[in-house]
Amino acid sequence: MAHGPQAGFKRWVYTTNHKDIGTMYLWFSFAMFFLGGCMALIIRAELFEPGLQIVQPEFFNQMTTMHGLIMVFGAVMPAFVGLANWMLPMMIGAPDMALPRMNNWSFWILPFAFAMLVSTLFMEGGAPNFGWTFYAPLSTEYAPPSVTFFIFAIHILGASSIMGAINIIATILNMRAPGMTLMKMPLFAWTWLITAYLLIAVMPVLAGVVTMMLMDIHFGTSFFNAAGGGDPVLFQHVFWFFGHPEVYIMILPAFGIISAIIPTFARKPLFGYSSMVYATASIAFLSFIVWAHHMFTVGMPIAGELFFMYATMLIAVPTGVKIFNWVSTMFRGSMTFETPMLFAVAFIILFAIGGFSGLMLAIAPADFQYHDTYFVVAHFHYVLVPGAIFSITAGVYYWLPKWTGHMYNETMGKVHFWLAFVGLNLTFFPMHFVGLAGMPRRIPDYALQFADFNQIASVGAFLFGAAQVVFLFNVVRTVMGGKKASEGVWDNAQGLEWTVPSPAPYHTFSTPPAVR
Amino acid sequence: MQFSENTKISAKLLALAASMLVFAIFIMPPLYDAFCEITGLNGKTGGRYEAVPAAVDTSRLVTVQFLASNNKNMPWTFAPSVLSVKVHPGEIMDTVFLAFNPTNRDMIGQAIPSLVPFKAAEYFHKTECFCFNQQALKAGEGEELPLRFVVDPDLPPSVNTITLSYTLFDVTERVSNNPNKSRTSSAREG
Repeated sequence: MAHGPQAGFKRWVYTTNHKDIGTMYLWFSFAMFFLGGCMALIIRAELFEPGLQIVQPEFFNQMTTMHGLIMVFGAVMPAFVGLANWMLPMMIGAPDMALPRMNNWSFWILPFAFAMLVSTLFMEGGAPNFGWTFYAPLSTEYAPPSVTFFIFAIHILGASSIMGAINIIATILNMRAPGMTLMKMPLFAWTWLITAYLLIAVMPVLAGVVTMMLMDIHFGTSFFNAAGGGDPVLFQHVFWFFGHPEVYIMILPAFGIISAIIPTFARKPLFGYSSMVYATASIAFLSFIVWAHHMFTVGMPIAGELFFMYATMLIAVPTGVKIFNWVSTMFRGSMTFETPMLFAVAFIILFAIGGFSGLMLAIAPADFQYHDTYFVVAHFHYVLVPGAIFSITAGVYYWLPKWTGHMYNETMGKVHFWLAFVGLNLTFFPMHFVGLAGMPRRIPDYALQFADFNQIASVGAFLFGAAQVVFLFNVVRTVMGGKKASEGVWDNAQGLEWTVPSPAPYHTFSTPPAVR
Repeated sequence: MQFSENTKISAKLLALAASMLVFAIFIMPPLYDAFCEITGLNGKTGGRYEAVPAAVDTSRLVTVQFLASNNKNMPWTFAPSVLSVKVHPGEIMDTVFLAFNPTNRDMIGQAIPSLVPFKAAEYFHKTECFCFNQQALKAGEGEELPLRFVVDPDLPPSVNTITLSYTLFDVTERVSNNPNKSRTSSAREG
C-alpha cells in the first residue's frame, strides 16, 4: 500500500487519488475564475462610460454570455466538486472516493468541454451571444453557428457533473467510517449529499433542453419554434426547471463550508445542527417548485403568479433558520478573525443582503418593474459572489494548511479579504440603484444618467479583480513553502480531517478511524 | 461487497438521471401543451370547433379585433380585411385575411394565432381557419384566407373586447427540408 504517486505528468493524467483529483478540480476552477473574471472586466471597462468605447455590441454580448457560462459551470461548480473530492473522504473517514476511476474521467472531460466552449470565441460568427440563460429563439433561430459547439460543451460538462454527483453520493452513503452515522456527518457532507441529488435530478434536464435546441436547429423539430407548433416559452419553463435548482447547487455546499468555519473560529459547536440538515433539505425541495419566478412577465394566470410568489417567499424560512444558526453559533463565542473567518462572516452579511433583494424580486407585481434590469444583476451577484465565491475562498484558506502543510500569509490574506470586500460592494451595490432606476441588463451602452453609478461599479470591479491576484499569489506562495502547519492547524477545529498530519499524506484512513 | 454496493447505487442514480432526461424531452413539452390548451395560457386557441347550434345572445355585443404581423423576414403582405367586428355571442361570423406573395418564388406560410385576454381563449371557437393549414402561394399570387368563428355565449361578462392576432411565419424551407418531421400537425395548433 505504501506506494506514492507516479512521477511526472502521468500522475495527473492517470490518477485515481481523490486528493490529486481535488487539486486538479481546484486549479481548473481557479483558471476558469480568472478567465471569466477577465471577461467581466471587459464588460465593466465598456460600461465605465456611456457610448461605445472598447468593444462592439456583438462582442459585448459574447462576453456577458461567456462570463456567465464560465463562472457558473467552469468556476463555481468545479470548485465545489474539488473541495468535495479533497475533503469528503477525509471528513467521513474513507480511504478515497467510492468510484475513483470515474472520478478521474469526470474531471478530465471538463477541460475538453471548456476548450470547446472557449474555442467558439475564435469561430466565424463569434461565440454564443444569447446570454447564459440562452433563451430560444435567440439561441436557436438567431444564434451564431457556434451554438452547436456550445450545446456539446454543455452535454459534456453535464455528464461530468452527473458522474461527480454519483460518486459523491456513493462515497457518502457507502464509505463512512464505522460509527459515522448520517447525523454525525459534518454539514459539508450533508449539504453535498443533497446537492448531489439536485445535480442528478436537474443536469439531465439541462442536457434535455440543449438537446431540444440541437434538434430544432439541425433536425427540423419545432420544440421552441412557433411556426412549427412549438412555443418559445416552453424553453423558459424547461430551462428554469433546471436553472432554479442549479442556483442552489451553487449555494448549498457553501452553507456546508461556512458551517465548518464559523464553529472553529467562534470556538463553539455549531448551533442547531439537525435544523441545519432539515433546512438544507427543505431548500432543496422548494427549489423544484419555484422556477417560474424567473419568468413572471411571460404571461401567467394570476393563480400561477401567486403560487410561485408565495413558494419563493417560503424559501426565506429555511434560509433564515441557517442565518440565525450561524449568528447563534457566533453569539458569545471566543471569536478570532483569521482570513477564513473574515470571509465567512462577510458571507453571512452579504448573502443576507442578496437574500433580501431576492425577496423583493419574488413579489410578482413588483417584479414587472425589476425584471431584466440591473437590480436582478445586483441580486444574483450578491448571492453568488459573496455566497459561492467567498465561501470557496474561505474554504481554501481554511483547508490550505492541511493540503500543503504550510500556513498561508495571514497579512496577505487579510489584504485580499478587504480588497475583495470593498471591491465587491463597490461593484454590485450601485447596481441596485441603476436597476431600480430602469437600466436594463445585457446592454453595452446606457443612458447618461446612469454614468456615475456605473463608473463606481467599474472601479470596484477592477479592485475586486486585483484582490484575486493577491489570492493567487498567496496560494502559490503557500504551496511553495512557508511556516509549517500543525496537525490541527486551528485552535479548536473539529472533525476527522484535522486528525491526519499536515500536509495530508497521499493515502489517509486506509484503516477506518474510530468515531465516537 | 464494497464493489457491489457502489455499483448498485451508481446504477440507481444513473437510472434516475436517465429518467430525468426522458422527462425533460418527452414529458415536459406535451405536458406544457396540454396545460396551455386547458388554461388558454399564452393565448393558444383550440383546434377546429364543430359548431353546435346555440342561442344567439343578442343582449350583448363583443368587439373582436384582428391583428396580422409578419415574423422576421417573411416578405408577404398580410392583413385583415376589416380591423374589427362586433358580434353577438353565439353568432357565426365570417371574415377574411388578405395575403399576397410579392416575391418571385413560390413560398409556404404558416399563421400562428394568439388571443388576449387569455381567459377568453377557451370561449373563442374557430370552425374554419386558414391557420389550421399551411398556405402555399406561388410567386406574385394573392389569396383571401377565410376565418369563421363563434364567440361562446358563456364568455365571462367582464370581457368586451377580444384581440386575435396572427403571426405569419415563412416555413418554405422547413417544409421542403423536412416534410414529415415538423411538429406541425395542422389542427393541433389551430
